[in-house]
Amino acid sequence: MLDKRIIDELKTIVGADNVATDRQDLICYGYDATQMEFLPEAVVHPGSTDEVSAVLKLANRERFPVYPRGAGSGFTGGALPKRGGIVLVVTRLNRILRIDTENLIAEVEPGVVTEQFQLEVEKLGLFYPPDPASLKFSTLGGNVAENAGGPRCVKYGVTRDFVMGLEVVLPTGEIIRTGGETYKGVVGYDLTRLLCGSEGTLGVITKIIFKLLPLPEAKKTMLTIFDSIDGAAKAVSTIIGNKIIPTTLEFMDYATLQCVEKRFSLGIPASGRAVLLIEVDGDRDLIEKQAARIQELIRPLGLVECKVAKDAAESEALWKVRRLVSPSLRDVNPDKFNEDIVVPRSKVPDVIRAIEKIQQKYAIPIVNFGHAGDGNIHVNIMIDKSVPGQEEKAHEAIAEVFQAALDLNGTMSGEHGVGLAKQPYIHLELKPAQVAAMQAIKAALDPNNILNPGKMFPVA
Amino acid sequence: MDPLKRVENELKKCVKCGACRAHCPAFATFGKEPAVARGKIALAQHLLKGDIELDDATYAAMSKCLLCGSCVEKCPNDVPTDEIVMVAREALSGQRGLTTFHAAVGRVIRNRSLMKFGAAAARILGPLFFRKIPETSGLRLRFPLPFVGGKRHIPPIAKKPFMDRHPEVIQGEPGKPRIIYFVGCMTNFCYPQVGEAALALFRHLGCTVIIPKNQQCCGLPGMSGGDLETVRGLAEKNLAALERYEADYIMTACATCGGALHKFYPNLMGKRHPELAARLKAIADKTVDASQLLQKLGLNPEETGAGGDIRVTYHDPCHLRTRAITRQPRELLQGTPGVELTEMEGADKCCGLGGTFNVYHYESSLAINQMKSAAIIQTGAEAVVTGCPGCMMQLSDGLKQRGNRTRVMHTVEILARSIRK
Repeated sequence: MLDKRIIDELKTIVGADNVATDRQDLICYGYDATQMEFLPEAVVHPGSTDEVSAVLKLANRERFPVYPRGAGSGFTGGALPKRGGIVLVVTRLNRILRIDTENLIAEVEPGVVTEQFQLEVEKLGLFYPPDPASLKFSTLGGNVAENAGGPRCVKYGVTRDFVMGLEVVLPTGEIIRTGGETYKGVVGYDLTRLLCGSEGTLGVITKIIFKLLPLPEAKKTMLTIFDSIDGAAKAVSTIIGNKIIPTTLEFMDYATLQCVEKRFSLGIPASGRAVLLIEVDGDRDLIEKQAARIQELIRPLGLVECKVAKDAAESEALWKVRRLVSPSLRDVNPDKFNEDIVVPRSKVPDVIRAIEKIQQKYAIPIVNFGHAGDGNIHVNIMIDKSVPGQEEKAHEAIAEVFQAALDLNGTMSGEHGVGLAKQPYIHLELKPAQVAAMQAIKAALDPNNILNPGKMFPVA
Repeated sequence: MDPLKRVENELKKCVKCGACRAHCPAFATFGKEPAVARGKIALAQHLLKGDIELDDATYAAMSKCLLCGSCVEKCPNDVPTDEIVMVAREALSGQRGLTTFHAAVGRVIRNRSLMKFGAAAARILGPLFFRKIPETSGLRLRFPLPFVGGKRHIPPIAKKPFMDRHPEVIQGEPGKPRIIYFVGCMTNFCYPQVGEAALALFRHLGCTVIIPKNQQCCGLPGMSGGDLETVRGLAEKNLAALERYEADYIMTACATCGGALHKFYPNLMGKRHPELAARLKAIADKTVDASQLLQKLGLNPEETGAGGDIRVTYHDPCHLRTRAITRQPRELLQGTPGVELTEMEGADKCCGLGGTFNVYHYESSLAINQMKSAAIIQTGAEAVVTGCPGCMMQLSDGLKQRGNRTRVMHTVEILARSIRK
């Protein structure tokens, strides 16, 4: 579909070095963390907003698909070139344009890596809280497009809550600004919020204005082990019910603990059935009080052990338990489907019980961990794809897990998005009228359906 | 058989999460996915499927790896990308033949006397030998020290190689450990002072030190180029040389040699030559770094560190860091009177030498090295200390390119300052 003439035009726009068509390059931009693979016809690395605009105008004229991509670390295939065309890699746009310490805002380009941005603002005593697990390599543009979350969202909110304004190249090539530098602003529709989480289907983000917070003075980490899942769940609601909002409330179920313990022998007591990793941050005096109060509150709830970190090194050691979860899962089975359902936080025990039933029904190991504080549970369905029939079983189990979350007034995905992976299930959560409204927006902004086509909505 | 078949299971472990993007120094400079571990894994998978060729683009991607192991350390699924790249390079060289440079490297590292001759000749005719010669010119005058490419500042060649200065067995005190010293080419020909320091320290501890005459190049330069057949020959000779003596430890003061013996021999070569696997593993199990062993044998720096005050900073060689040897050298340095250790930013980052990466990607190698040089200079240290002669050469080059005079020293040189008098 992309003939030499189009490739040459792309080269004229972004420079010959920034257009790749070798099969090797196409392979290297045809995957993401879903492990699905679709090869594009060319890989284009634009160096400016104007170049992005020119590429999109060309795509409209010649009707080829454009797939925006950051680090390619998504879990749902948002950046995958499902229908060929080009992958538009924005990682050359990787400057932090300004950090405004008077107005507590920063303006960045989309290719900046999340952690690098955090470290830069922290040097100035400022704080950008969203912390997806991929923060060391994922890009801010991808974080906004997928509305990334993370453990700290319990207290601080998700990526969307920090986006004040955007510069966006619309699918037709027009460059617009949305939102701005003021906290308040009610003129017109809130396109900023619409674009957050739009998964690269409504525009290519080329600049982002973020809200920043003052960096908390200190943090305190506790690893608490409970003798039942209900105890751990009760702890979550008890802590928050007592008006303490921890920075993180990370949860690991028994299956998760067994995986970690089997592989790394961390000495988790045998009677432990669930773990909460609790962190509070703020002024030093305040967090000491909060930590003490939390321990007092959770002690009657079947607490088996409570380790409190005295310093940063000990805190890191406690976090290690959580970080070792992913590497240990492979011992259960080689392949995993990593879902990220959310339920109202009081419903966490109910959804875990529902998942246990699904696990028994399908006889597939399911390992649950995640962000209990906001009800966001990572449900890992562990299978061996080489065993015939397992993948099909997994898909059925996934549908039931989603339904269980929805039945408890939850959602199918809190962080990962729809992309390709959840496309077949979207009807479980969205009614036809909702989908129609969304598709009307898509059609209005992208009349030729060239930007990230074949994603999110069910394809006829 | 396709060499990549040997790593088929390892290839399956990669889930393309992208974590390697945060840690790969080659990716940090090239910025594009074929340069990062995940990209190379994807290409290796497609090579195995047979739907891409061992052509220029594959070669270009596979050449962009420092074999530093940063990605391996941080990989949530323990994918050994360093090994996979070496095997991919083996497949490439099998198909395309070795590059002129790697063919020359192979000839030299297979042949100790040629290396000695080359070293002697290079010392006298240095300027002539180290002029940049285009890869395609066919001229082979240049002396291919295993790691050395064209433009760089290189260390002077020793008048008399380290191993020629000492008998094969240097008897220690009865009841004290017997140590085989695996010297390595860089120490032998370029940094004999490192060998002298290591020797002095272990003699100070009363150890019997055995320096087998028949030891060869560890083979890492060959692994780096995918010339695994040469490496097999070297590994067999080294096995014979090392097995000839009863010893408690095999000690290296070169991170690269240590990495080869301790990690790549049992894994990479063990898989390629199952008949050697048990012997390779036995050697690997005995292999220790000088810093590990000095600490284990209880070197008391109080006795050794009277060499005057010196402010130093420490660079982690990749082939120590990936074997979790980061604490020992620092503790030894910190425990030495008069030595003040200041940490640099990114001490654990690769210096950019990367086996023979620097030969083919000298500009990128230098760019990586520039960050390292800046971090070293920032500390204001008088000397940067490290545990690998390869890193020493690279660090010297980077600092000299900036006109900086910070000294580059080996950990054992600092520790041996007093007892060598």
